[in-house]
Amino acid sequence: MALKTFIEAIRDGLREEMTRDENVIILGEDVGKKGGVFLVTDGLWDEFGDDRVIDTPLTESQIIGTSIGAAIGGLRPVAEIQFADFIHPAFNQLVSEAARLRYRSNNGYSAPMVVRAPYGGGVHGALYHSQSVEAFYTHVPGLKVVIPSTPSDAKGLLRSCIRDDDPVLFFEHKKMYRSVRGNVPDGEYTVPLGKAQVTHPGTQVTVIAYGLMAHYALEAADRVADDGISVEVVDLRTLRPLDKETVLDSVRKTGKCLVVYEDNRFGGYGAEVAAIVAEEAFDYLDGPVTRIAGPDVPGVPYNHVLEDWFMVNPEKIADGIRKLAAY
Amino acid sequence: MAVTEPSAKAKSGADSDASPAALGADLGLSGDELLEMYRLVALARAVDERMWILNRAGRIPFVISGQGHEGAQVGITWALEKGKDWIAPFYRSIATCLTFGMSPRDIMTAQYATASDPSSGGRQMPGHYGSHEHNLVSVSSPVATQLLHAVGLALAAKIRKTGQVALTIMGEGSSNQGDVHEGLNFAAIHKLPFIFIVENNGYAISVPLARQVAGESVANRAEGYGIPGVTVDGSDVLACYAAARDAVARARAGDGPTLIEAKVTRLTGHSSDDQQTKYRSEEELTSEKSLDPVPKFRQQLVDAGVLTPDAEERIDAAIKESVHDATEYAEAQPDPHPSTAMKWVYAEDWPSETPPPWGLGEATGDPAGAAEAAEAIDESAH
Repeated sequence: MALKTFIEAIRDGLREEMTRDENVIILGEDVGKKGGVFLVTDGLWDEFGDDRVIDTPLTESQIIGTSIGAAIGGLRPVAEIQFADFIHPAFNQLVSEAARLRYRSNNGYSAPMVVRAPYGGGVHGALYHSQSVEAFYTHVPGLKVVIPSTPSDAKGLLRSCIRDDDPVLFFEHKKMYRSVRGNVPDGEYTVPLGKAQVTHPGTQVTVIAYGLMAHYALEAADRVADDGISVEVVDLRTLRPLDKETVLDSVRKTGKCLVVYEDNRFGGYGAEVAAIVAEEAFDYLDGPVTRIAGPDVPGVPYNHVLEDWFMVNPEKIADGIRKLAAY
Repeated sequence: MAVTEPSAKAKSGADSDASPAALGADLGLSGDELLEMYRLVALARAVDERMWILNRAGRIPFVISGQGHEGAQVGITWALEKGKDWIAPFYRSIATCLTFGMSPRDIMTAQYATASDPSSGGRQMPGHYGSHEHNLVSVSSPVATQLLHAVGLALAAKIRKTGQVALTIMGEGSSNQGDVHEGLNFAAIHKLPFIFIVENNGYAISVPLARQVAGESVANRAEGYGIPGVTVDGSDVLACYAAARDAVARARAGDGPTLIEAKVTRLTGHSSDDQQTKYRSEEELTSEKSLDPVPKFRQQLVDAGVLTPDAEERIDAAIKESVHDATEYAEAQPDPHPSTAMKWVYAEDWPSETPPPWGLGEATGDPAGAAEAAEAIDESAH
């Protein structure tokens, strides 16, 4: 075990996978000599050289489209989109191409590749450096979407993503890069895709979250414990394929379900989780499935007062838990 | 009919003063190879014409055609190494796919969307060919996306030092997409073994070249990327081969990408759902027939003494038999079963990815009488 920050764990995962498999390459904007704008790939260009750590032009569609072709050609590309906010020009390549390649060729082709992107607000990033974009991609069969919350999970899940035979989007909350530390196991461990984790056992309310919100949900669980409310927190880790079993097991036990996500509330990923719980655990529910999510404005505003208003935080979650518990 | 344009003649080296037997010799092409190229051009046309008959007979709902493009497609594909190099084709690439190893049965099962259709198992519209076995990347409908896949294949070839070349093809209308700029720029920066073919037939569905391409040349755009841009007469099979051969040599030598714009004609509507007389004049359609690569290549080979009456008879008979066989085969192939419809979303099945409330259904396909229908259609085509 070693204590690592979130960003160190991701970097270690990349380095170890590149060492293990010479077909793993990194491509993206500023990922080379600079090591990425957040320094996730710091040092990898020195270690692996121009061929395997490629600075691309400012061309997100090209980054993803080229990765698809490189994956067909036997490489295992790990593409970095500098901010999740800038992934939209690559939407066509991700949705029309990467996601559908296996299905449309009846398993003739596949695109084993990883797209990493920092997402999320609370860092004074305003409308275009704060977005949560997971719902656009969790909607699409053929794509896998992973959002880790701990250094240990980040490294183990990233390994699984790189070794996976399908395209995976791996979103990293940028606020966590240096603020989250945790013990990371030694050796070549992996964390399987499609498995959620109960990070805080409880009996009265289930809170389902991922990414930064998985941390805030734990803080909220501690706060309401003082009010005598027992909360079970489920950290989804993989959003698609969803681990329905862990979610439904927890809700069937507690009878109450609060879904937390940072993205805009309307049509967000948590809406799908809420629908599944309502459909498949209705007989066990002792209250409405509720959501605490980002307000429905087109982006996170810059001014700190407005940003604080936008962001879901432990207290807002705790309020949601209290209301649901009292139902 | 003119044998070759003067400019194309220079490129193909088809010198009218040389003895007929020398045709193709300067390109290293034997008489047998020329005959095989002719067979592929004529086969692609015959398969294509059969598709339209089947469509008009109500057997297949949709056709998208490569008629007028076959000469360029065979000439260019001939320069690549089958089973080694990569092609990311487009929806008119019937001759390309046949030249690179797909069979008339493979093409015809795609028209019928049968379970055995190797391109997609009946999941995609006709025209969306693909075969991993033959290094033909699966085609999608958003245009120009495939350019980046070929660039990625070229990147993989360079990094893995495989010696492969990756080529992509699209129309001039598609060449206006942003992915083309992004991909050419990247391929040129890294001197990737990549070839970009534009089959310029002058129309993006109904919009003529002047309304699509500023300056009316796609090849000229190559200059901005610091790579060669070549314009070639797409009805001149050997000129197309020569241009592609040079591009392949550059790519294998590590000298980077080449853009080849082949001027072709579109002899049919955009698709079976298009009526091109609405936007093209009768005069234009008549005059464009002189650019048809099939009679042009045929005449060139007859004049050179390569295509003898015996050889032509043999090739024609084989093509007729092959188209008949492909039609009959595809007519008799079963539809895919709904129980397979959720396969291959991912490499593995996930319990959380559940079927709809109506389940995975029963097969509705009825191949009964299909063989007789095929027979009738075959008769009508003769």
